[in-house]
Amino acid sequence: MTLIASTWYKLKKHRFLFEELVKRDFQKKYKRTILGMLWSLLSPLFMLTVMALVFTQFFGRSTPHYIVYMFAGNLVYSYFKDATSGGMGSLMANAGIFTKVNVPKYLFLLSRNVSALINFALTLVIFFLFVAIDGIAFSWRFFLLLYPIVCLVVFNIGVGLILSAMFVVFRDIQYLYDIFTLALMYFSAIFYTIDSYAQNFQILFYLNPVFVYITYFRRIVIEGTIPGVYIHGLCALYALVALLIGGFIYRKYNYRFLYYV
Amino acid sequence: MNAIELNDVAIRYMVGDFKEIGMKEYVVRRLKRDYHVKEFWAVDGVTFSLEKGSMLGIIGSNGAGKSTLLKVITGIMEPTRGKVKVNGTIAALLELASGFDGDLTVRENTYLRGAMLGYTRAYMNEMYGSIIEFAELEEFQDRPFKQLSSGMKSRLAFSIASLVKPEILILDEVLSVGDGAFRKKSEEKMREIIGGGATTILVSHSTSQIREMCDKVLWLDRGKQIAFGDTPEILDRYEEFLAKKAKKK
Repeated sequence: MTLIASTWYKLKKHRFLFEELVKRDFQKKYKRTILGMLWSLLSPLFMLTVMALVFTQFFGRSTPHYIVYMFAGNLVYSYFKDATSGGMGSLMANAGIFTKVNVPKYLFLLSRNVSALINFALTLVIFFLFVAIDGIAFSWRFFLLLYPIVCLVVFNIGVGLILSAMFVVFRDIQYLYDIFTLALMYFSAIFYTIDSYAQNFQILFYLNPVFVYITYFRRIVIEGTIPGVYIHGLCALYALVALLIGGFIYRKYNYRFLYYV
Repeated sequence: MNAIELNDVAIRYMVGDFKEIGMKEYVVRRLKRDYHVKEFWAVDGVTFSLEKGSMLGIIGSNGAGKSTLLKVITGIMEPTRGKVKVNGTIAALLELASGFDGDLTVRENTYLRGAMLGYTRAYMNEMYGSIIEFAELEEFQDRPFKQLSSGMKSRLAFSIASLVKPEILILDEVLSVGDGAFRKKSEEKMREIIGGGATTILVSHSTSQIREMCDKVLWLDRGKQIAFGDTPEILDRYEEFLAKKAKKK
């Protein structure tokens, strides 16, 4: 509890710095162009179009609301990838700052996550547009989506903390992570359903946190049901485990990072 | 009251093959037993206390541990042994032009640096005009930072740190930047800050500058504390030491 309180106090104390870092990351990412921002919105839509063209023939007939089904998968996966890949370099890129000024090092990761989150929020709006066009009625249950979103934000921060620390030690982690995320995409059932697998094999998919978050979205939006206790538990569990490991590494290596940069 | 108190502070530093190697390289070197990590004491047994409002000069040749010591005082590093006690807010300028972002404008960098030094937005809004004026960069406010000359960059860095009245100001080789006119201006500014009660630590290779400005001097050599005390006495010894060293060569 005191740890949370002290972190909160630090965040409040460094609010101005945090805001300036967010501003900087935003400006650098989009290079002060409207098109830059638009582009990062367009790229998931572009991906979606390609997938729709290719896979509708195979899976589209048996899966209801197939476009929304794929969009839900893409939405969650893209946010995860965007936040974690972007967050990986955040500590290293700011070595010039934290070796000269005493600031909490996780601020750099958090500020990168903010721009990924804003991107996600914008894509989410387009997602709901697709939902409406596809003739799915909005219900109060949609508000429950806040739960997996909050879990996903925490999960991404946790994974980002772990990756950014690893990146300082081993720079080649970025190439491995690219391969990893590609594999993860195929294991996340973004464009197929897991129904065709045997029951006990299906359970294995729940070992993938990204799949769990995607499933929550699909249950609420497409199936119109509220996921069970297990899914709720898994959402929170993955988020907390990632955050705890990441937080632990940052605490332990707080001063040692300096040797590596 | 003492602003800064160091008691037997020692810092162990790591250097070696772990830096910027890939995973493959790491495994290969481990297998070949060609993986070396060396640990050494960058600072070893430094003890002094500095009264509020005084100005300390730190002297010593390259690699004496001056910068590492400053990092411990500012809290960027943790002492491996010993205790550091600091009373008051610190504004530190370690290696001037670093920490700025070349792609951002001068204005954005000023705010970012102000934020790093722990000031509030309201305070920066209030001080921004005089910071730019002091750095003589009025015409460059919306230019990307990378377009500035190195002298301009250090002028800006100095202006931000000095105009915002910290309780403790740490300057690492700061005054040796800028042209003659700006140097004079910045030295005056420093005196004003010290006059206003700020405790200051200055690292410099210029003994004349330290003699002129500091009332206390800390002399380090290869991490060890050679002497700490009043300026004239220590500097005389230091200059004698330098002269001897020059003769030996």
